[in-house]
Amino acid sequence: MGKDVLVFGEIRNGELKKVVKELIAAAAVITGETGGAVDAVLVGAGAEKEASGISGYGLRKIAVVDDDAVADYSSEGYAAVLASLVGEEGYGYVLMGATSMGRDLGPRAAARVDGVMFSDCVEVRIDGGALVARRPVYSGKLFVELTPEGDGPVFISIRPNNIAPAGESGGSSEIAAKPSGVDRAAIRAIVSEIIPLAGGRPDVTEADVIVSGGRAMKEESNFRMLEKLADLFGGAVGASRAAVDAGYAEQPIQVGQTGKVVNPKLYIACGISGAIQHLAGMRTSKVIVAINKDASAPIFEKAHYGIVGDLFEVVPILTEELEKMLQ
Amino acid sequence: MKIIVLLKRVPDTEAKILINQDGNGIREDGVKFIINTYDEYGIEEGLRLKEKVGGDSKVTAVCAGPEESTEVIRTALAMGVDDAVHICDPALAKPSPFTIAEVLAKAISEEGFDIIFCGKQGIDDDMAQTQSILAEKLDIPQVNNATVFELADDLSKAVLNRRIEGGDEKVEASLPVIISCEKGLNDPRYASLPGIMKAKKKEIRVKNLADLGFNEAPSSGRSRVLKWLPMPKGGECKMVEAEETVDAVKELARLLREEAKVV
Repeated sequence: MGKDVLVFGEIRNGELKKVVKELIAAAAVITGETGGAVDAVLVGAGAEKEASGISGYGLRKIAVVDDDAVADYSSEGYAAVLASLVGEEGYGYVLMGATSMGRDLGPRAAARVDGVMFSDCVEVRIDGGALVARRPVYSGKLFVELTPEGDGPVFISIRPNNIAPAGESGGSSEIAAKPSGVDRAAIRAIVSEIIPLAGGRPDVTEADVIVSGGRAMKEESNFRMLEKLADLFGGAVGASRAAVDAGYAEQPIQVGQTGKVVNPKLYIACGISGAIQHLAGMRTSKVIVAINKDASAPIFEKAHYGIVGDLFEVVPILTEELEKMLQ
Repeated sequence: MKIIVLLKRVPDTEAKILINQDGNGIREDGVKFIINTYDEYGIEEGLRLKEKVGGDSKVTAVCAGPEESTEVIRTALAMGVDDAVHICDPALAKPSPFTIAEVLAKAISEEGFDIIFCGKQGIDDDMAQTQSILAEKLDIPQVNNATVFELADDLSKAVLNRRIEGGDEKVEASLPVIISCEKGLNDPRYASLPGIMKAKKKEIRVKNLADLGFNEAPSSGRSRVLKWLPMPKGGECKMVEAEETVDAVKELARLLREEAKVV
């Protein structure tokens, strides 16, 4: 198996994803054992510009692949780029973010090079000379630790916000442009447009602060109150499945087993009782605040700070107090 | 049009999931099993497509899983799926997505297909890999996490929305294609009583690995589970109390800033 690691430097809207520096840190853990080098590949519009932003972060070289065929993301085009790099350079490991792009791309690319893939990992370490990846199963109700076997390349997608990002280590990385080798006409699923969510807030999977509401929000318009609190931090608004099923909130912001798994720095649960499906989706948040009328609600078992009270009274006061602090 | 819907039997979302005594999987006693929640959106979309296209369109469910999967296959048949293939073999007891994808690819190729629908992930192992590996094995395009699906009038291509961070990607894909479904794509129907009666007469073709031309589980031995770990316990919750709510909230704000250092 190869000892070098390739980091997929995901670009969205022309910008490098925050998770990429976290991937570089994870890659360094692997090469610390294998003695290999860490390289990165940036694909698509903005690749050249963004490459300089991670030059010197412990990367040996950065491949920049940006031509017509791969300017926009496609699983087929990008899988071809990764497969050819793995073939040419003999990478033993390929790391990517567990994002909508990484989760779409990883398995396809891994299959193309007869590799294996571990999805949505929260920790990567070396144990007794072997790679061990920890990942949640059953929406975080349990975890498993996996290790690769055989000689194929190992693809690993890592959830954002789990690993401290790599910092600048001095020096610079060799940046080289590379043709994609992809025939645009051969791509059979093509993105024609990106339709942003209304509201302009970050996605719950990427936000540092999430303010979530449950069924106790009573109606859709009451979520404005949570938005006001979230906006103090440039955060996101989330919702429990109960709130989504009741029509108070849209599905893209649902947190939990049939929604999204999140781990922000601060998660404020308002009127959420804490069904196991919801806890599974937000349990790993660094600091959890629960506001609930019912002192026996299970959410308090996972929370770090709790207030037993009416969210309609507590949230506006909390917003006002935090606003004063942040001024 | 030949429509394939993929099914997986998984524990109910409300089930309490515990590690078994041997420490190599979950305790299944007392756990209710259901059709993977996201696969239901795939079944519904497949049925709607058949109703729209009409003619000799047919929806076939394909399920790889233990004998007990018959129950969820019958549920799919009761919803309106025409017939089913059940891939069942002791060698597939703890399969990786690569093994399952290879087995499914063979079974689906034998059935023939124009569109394949499935869930965006199994809510058990949460890998979200099988459909993309399957796309690669079948050499067809994939569209993951679909929230909108439409078929062009000439049936040559699908136009979809696929959920990404902060929005949707609009995607055009040529047929044949595999589509994994996100919540919100549709409201899956319930099985009707006549549907349940009819399902009893529908055909489930059971196939083992040998029937599909495999001597052993394909693409196995690429990884191994070292151990299963329980969900870590939460820390102690600090309950912030005061006679007046306003004072409790002020204290909470102070703790968030000075103790938790998140403000």
